[in-house]
Formats: sequence, structure tokens, C-alpha cells
Amino acid sequence: MSLYHYASPQHFYPLAGRMVPWFAWLAAVSAALGLWIGFFVAPTDAQQGEAYRIIFVHVPASWLSMFLYLVMAGWAGLGLVLNTRLSSMMAQALAPTGALFAFLSLWSGALWGRPTWGTYWVWDARLTSELVLFFLYLGYMALNAAIEDPRRADKASGLLALVGVVNVPIIYFSVQWWNTLHQGASVSLTRAPSMAAAMLAGMLAMAFAFWMYSFAVSLARVRAIILEREAHLDWARDLRGVKR
Amino acid sequence: MNGAAWTPALAAVVRRDLLLAARRKSDALVTLGFFVIVASLFPLGIGPEPELLKRVAPGVLWVAALLATLLALPRLFAADHEDGTLEQAALAPVPLTLLAIGKVLAHWLVTGLPLAVVAPLLALQYGLPADAIGVLVVSLLLGTPVLSLIGAIGAALTLGTRGGAVLLALLVLPLYVPALVFGAGAVDARLAGLSPAANLSLLGACLALAAAAAPWACAAAIRIALE
Repeated sequence: MSLYHYASPQHFYPLAGRMVPWFAWLAAVSAALGLWIGFFVAPTDAQQGEAYRIIFVHVPASWLSMFLYLVMAGWAGLGLVLNTRLSSMMAQALAPTGALFAFLSLWSGALWGRPTWGTYWVWDARLTSELVLFFLYLGYMALNAAIEDPRRADKASGLLALVGVVNVPIIYFSVQWWNTLHQGASVSLTRAPSMAAAMLAGMLAMAFAFWMYSFAVSLARVRAIILEREAHLDWARDLRGVKR
Repeated sequence: MNGAAWTPALAAVVRRDLLLAARRKSDALVTLGFFVIVASLFPLGIGPEPELLKRVAPGVLWVAALLATLLALPRLFAADHEDGTLEQAALAPVPLTLLAIGKVLAHWLVTGLPLAVVAPLLALQYGLPADAIGVLVVSLLLGTPVLSLIGAIGAALTLGTRGGAVLLALLVLPLYVPALVFGAGAVDARLAGLSPAANLSLLGACLALAAAAAPWACAAAIRIALE
């Protein structure tokens, strides 16, 4: 049995079903660990007080939002090149999770910014490019939803994801230069804080939790997409426990 | 068919689209009118102080130009898609990429170039000094082709979709960020007494990249739409 065996939605469906609980449990356990470290072990920050603890949600969410866009574009590109249905379904399944993390990153950043900088929003390069990334996710999902034929929707949104991935670095640098050209950054996010080991451990645990959560949720979502698209096929009809 | 036949094919596509635009002048004029009206509304909204207007002029004019380009985009392929011209073009012995280049070129000549021509007039209303107006025109001449090129990908991707025009805005506007930043940034730099060369060079780099990659992606998007 080759690896390509699981490239077929029919065979991937049960495999994904077996993997979902594992990733969900890993996510739950590491999130509990990360939150425990974040709330009880990590010391209070000398400058920001307790408010800094939002870092345990904010930074992992930002990482994942950027990483998931790359993964999504990778699957979309694979789907375009190899014409494999499952790849495009994976890309489609990843998009809402990526958008969720982008939104969470913006939201938690605003809540963090208020007590520490005194404002919910600054036109900082990172904030602005994260916002643009959020729009890119929305555009991908909107295009996918707007095209009736699923195979055409796969290809069109896949192409858009690839165009986006070429543009993301350009957008990031343009916004960064725009910021430095306009005004000296009043708030710098880039200075590396000397971070206590417990803070780093908590952040990494939360990043791992978010990562595992992304696995669990996108696998569950890809199962739903597979069922939706293949509902007319015999193997899907024969599944037990699926209501028609 | 070899490369020798490409130039006449490209010229034919451009000539045809220009002819169509000349026969329906209102399309191009509406875009231009939109640009002028949007730019004229801003002083009414934010107040007539000359210093303030001068300060916001580069950004306002660039955003207005960007929205005007966006307004014209849905028409780029829609008519050809409806009457089957695109399908015939896809079957033609010349590459579909060539058709995309021709359509984008004609689109830019009809919408982008007039924007750059009219912009000095609006810049005068905003009280920009002459040298900054020159930079604005150069930045628009370099930047509006980028807008047309990237927009063509979005126009091809949204062919035959529900709510195409609104969707097109959602897809394309985030990708316009670099052109806006460098274009308005060049004029800002001149206003601040700095050299606009860095911004203009980066805008030129965006144009080079878009000119190389966008027609190809656009042709791929047309093929997807024709499936």
C-alpha cells in the first residue's frame, strides 16, 4: 500500500477520523499546560504588569495565522499541479482556521495594546500586514464560496492563494517601509525582550496547542467537505452513522 | 505557429479593445468622472485648510485612482466571456497569455493613462507644488499598470461568479497595498523635501514583477473560468 493510497478522499476520510481525537487531546493537554504556565508559573512583567500575559494567546495566534497561509497555499499549489482533489479540499479546510487565528491575533493585540500603549490600534507594520493577511483569507473563502462548481472553485481559489503568497512578503516590506518613512515608530514591537524561560515555555506550549488544534479542526472540517462532495458515491452512502 | 505571428496578434487584440472603447466612450469617461468626483468629495469631508489638503493629497489621489481602476475591472473580460470570444481566443494558436497582455494593455490605455493625465488638475486643486505634481504623474504612470495587471487576475477569477464586482474588490484591494504605499510614498517624499527615487524604483520593481507574472496567472485564471 503506497502513500498515495490516502490521496483518495475515500481512504483519507476514515484515517482523518482516527487522527482527529488524538490531535484534539494533544491540543487540550498542551493548552492546559500552557495556560497553567502562563497564569501561575510565569513571573509578572516588570514593565507591563499582568497585561503582558495575553502574549500566550497573541503570539501563537500570529505565528499560526502566517504559517497556515503558507500551508494552505502549499496544498492549493499541489492541488493545481497534481490535480488531486484532496489537496484542494485540505486548502479549503485550512482557510477558516487561518482566518480565525488572524482575527484572534488582531483582537488580542488590540486588547493588549490598550493597557500597554494606551491605544487599541496603531498603524504599525506588523498590525497592518496582519490585517491584510486577514483580508487575503477572507478573499480566498469568498471566492471559494462564490463559485458553484467545486472543482472550478478549487482551482480559482487555489490560484488566488498562490498569488497571495507571492504578495505577502511584498506587502509586509512595503508596509514596513511605509511606516518608517512616515514617522518614527512610536511603539516598537521589534526590540527583542529578554524573556524569562517560563514565559518562553508557556508561549511554546500554547503555540503547540494551537498547532494541534489546527490539525484537529481542519481534519474534522476536511471530513465534512469530503462527505459533502462525495455524498452521491457508494462508499459515502455505505458509511454508518452518517445521516442523509 | 511561431513567435513571429505574436506581434500582429497582440496588436489586433489591443486595436480591437481600443476600438470597442472608442465606440462606447461613456465607459471610459465614467471611470474618469468617478476619479474626479471622489477626489473632489474629500475636501468637502475634511475641510478646506490648504495645509491639511496638501498633506493628504498624495494618499487621497492615489486611493481615488485605485478605486477608479477597480470600477473598470469587471468589464475587462465580462463581455468576451458572455459572447464566447474568450473560448475562441483560448483555442487560437497564439498563447492565451498574449491575449491577457493585450487586454491589460488596452485597459490601461483606456483607464489608467487618462487618470495620470487628469491627476495634475486635481493635484492643483489640492495645492500641490509643481515638482510634487510631476512626481505624482510619474508614480501614476508607473503604478496604474500594476493596478491593471493585478486587477486582471481578479477579473478573470471572478468571471461568472455571484456578486462578481464586490468579490473582485475583496480579492484585489489587499493586493494593491504595495502600489499604493510606494506611489503615494513617492509624492510624500517629494513634499517632505526628500528624493522620491527609492519609492519610484520600488514601484518600478512592482511593475516589472507584475508584468512578468500577472499575464501568466491571468491566462491560467481564464482557463479555469472556461472549464
